[in-house]
Amino acid sequence: MNGKRVQTGRYFMMGNVACAEGALAAGCEFSAGYPITPATEVANRLAERLPQVGGAFFQMEDEISAIAAVVGASWAGKKSMTVTSGPGISLMLENIGFAIGVETPCVIVNVQRGAPTTGMPTVGVQGDMVQAKRGSHGDYEIIALCPSSPQEMFDHTVIAFNYAERYRTPVFILSDAFVGHMREEVVIPEPEKIKTEYRKIPEPGTDPQKIKGFLDEDVAPMPIFGRGFKAHVTSSCHDEYGKRNLIDISALDNFIRKLSNKILKHKEEITLIERDYEGAEIVLVSYGAVARAAAMAAAQGRKEGIPVGTLRLITVWPFPGEEIEKMARGAKHVIVLENNLGQIYPYIKAEAAHDAEVSFLPPRLVGEIQDPEDILRKIREVSK
Amino acid sequence: MSELVHPLHRFIRPSVKYSTFCPGCGDGTVTQAILRAIDGLGMNLDDFVFVSGIGCAAWIPSPFFNADVLHTTHGRPIAFAFGIKMGLPDKKVMVVSGDGDLVAIGGNHLIQNARRNIEMVVLCINNGIYGMTGGQAAPTTPMGIRTTTTPYGTVENIFNISRLVMAAGASFVACWTAAHPKQLTNSIKKAIQKKGFAFIEVFSQCPIQFGRKTGVGSAVQMLEDYKKRSISPKEAAKLSEEELKDRIVVGELVDLEKPEMLEEVKKMKNKARGEVE
Repeated sequence: MNGKRVQTGRYFMMGNVACAEGALAAGCEFSAGYPITPATEVANRLAERLPQVGGAFFQMEDEISAIAAVVGASWAGKKSMTVTSGPGISLMLENIGFAIGVETPCVIVNVQRGAPTTGMPTVGVQGDMVQAKRGSHGDYEIIALCPSSPQEMFDHTVIAFNYAERYRTPVFILSDAFVGHMREEVVIPEPEKIKTEYRKIPEPGTDPQKIKGFLDEDVAPMPIFGRGFKAHVTSSCHDEYGKRNLIDISALDNFIRKLSNKILKHKEEITLIERDYEGAEIVLVSYGAVARAAAMAAAQGRKEGIPVGTLRLITVWPFPGEEIEKMARGAKHVIVLENNLGQIYPYIKAEAAHDAEVSFLPPRLVGEIQDPEDILRKIREVSK
Repeated sequence: MSELVHPLHRFIRPSVKYSTFCPGCGDGTVTQAILRAIDGLGMNLDDFVFVSGIGCAAWIPSPFFNADVLHTTHGRPIAFAFGIKMGLPDKKVMVVSGDGDLVAIGGNHLIQNARRNIEMVVLCINNGIYGMTGGQAAPTTPMGIRTTTTPYGTVENIFNISRLVMAAGASFVACWTAAHPKQLTNSIKKAIQKKGFAFIEVFSQCPIQFGRKTGVGSAVQMLEDYKKRSISPKEAAKLSEEELKDRIVVGELVDLEKPEMLEEVKKMKNKARGEVE
């Protein structure tokens, strides 16, 4: 290792390590976390690599303080991230809501494991999919990306930082133990080929009283600390200037709607989808590690002459319902595949069921990825 | 005749038109002590980032201080402050919050960061009660006191907060009451200049939720009570634990030189860079 921020080259690399390298390539300067299987390799790599480029990783007393420190560092102007698994996310949820409420760019990597509760740490399960969207209290929108390979652990981490900075919001990487621990080829491009973004900030010297630093659907400039902006940052209901308002319901309505609309207004730019369903009557919808099995089964099905295709969600949140609806219009059967008991399935069904038959195929055992043979059997069954 | 303006008014956020503290609250005294200390050191509010949690005392910097302020979740201000200080090591980071926030729900962050000895000032305003939610017992409410959640009297021992933070490893610890505004101001000045975790506990009267409900009395009576109970560390050393039970040991309790975390982080980064070069 040469100590450079971007380790350009071709590697045989673990997904979790690729995630850490993606963070560095995106410009991450600060990370805080707490040890947890199966996410530790990300933290270990960041602890080794960040100080080499002037940043640092800190092991905190718990996940609550980890996300708090990340939010604090982001307000200090640093690109920041944390990494954990389901139990850690459960502890972070209150402060994730805080980060959303005061519009803080940061990246949260969840390498999902067997759950509920302490569950089975080394097994990959897509068990926290809805938690990312609905776990913290109140109405809010979140951005979540689902990588399915070590290469995407790198690529999606870079995208996650860019989205976080562009929309001033926490962005989830919803990986799992399979993708995190998988080793495959990872290509890290030249630094100038990696697009990185940084948040808008107010013009230096702007009169602090005139800075509208919050609640703009087109993303307000962030009055980061230490620049004389005299920012009043409170997670209590506030107005565009950051001024607390705890008495006027219309202020609360504005607070909720602006935060949500900031994400929803830009849904099209945020949505990343892989579509391979042209002319298909049967469409397999999946994300993450499961999408690999879906692609394999679809290829096999087509060899057998069955018109089967795939739709893979990369952006799961905000939920790209319009894309599902559009796909379903041309399909007869939609088969949803997830490595859980059907977390995104109801969302997909709500959009697709008007035009197509929608069914759910779980793995034989939760914690296994669907066997392509099982998927193929299901494809043959619905194609009859 | 020109308008009379308080000399510290320039530190108050222009949009703030009134105080949210109850009549007789000690937090106004603490607010003044903080601002007098900063003024006395010839510093500017732009030299600081203030962080607070949830509760009455958290509303001292938010929104009063015309500075960068982060008003955070319950119990977590020190954890947020950790990230801010790491990102802006040249700024002074000051946490102002209450005993329920810093010692009950946030106790772990308090002791862990005292242990780290990261440079920041933490002011713990101890009113011995949850004021904002209507007078519930705190880990600082004396045994036997009736509160809204202990209608038959509290049944728990209390924390001696200053001792706790001393034991955890802070390099500066002081304790005062709202009846000691000058001494408090001087200790805040020292805390701001301290290279390390500088902690100040301030007993602050809450006549509404503590005084009225527990029968301890008005703000004046509570301040008289603080004065009566206060004792210097020197005098306290002559008394037994039993004799000290209801006393408040006031003064600068610890002022040590020891490794500070940001300095250690700097060395660690140099080492990491050296190893790859």
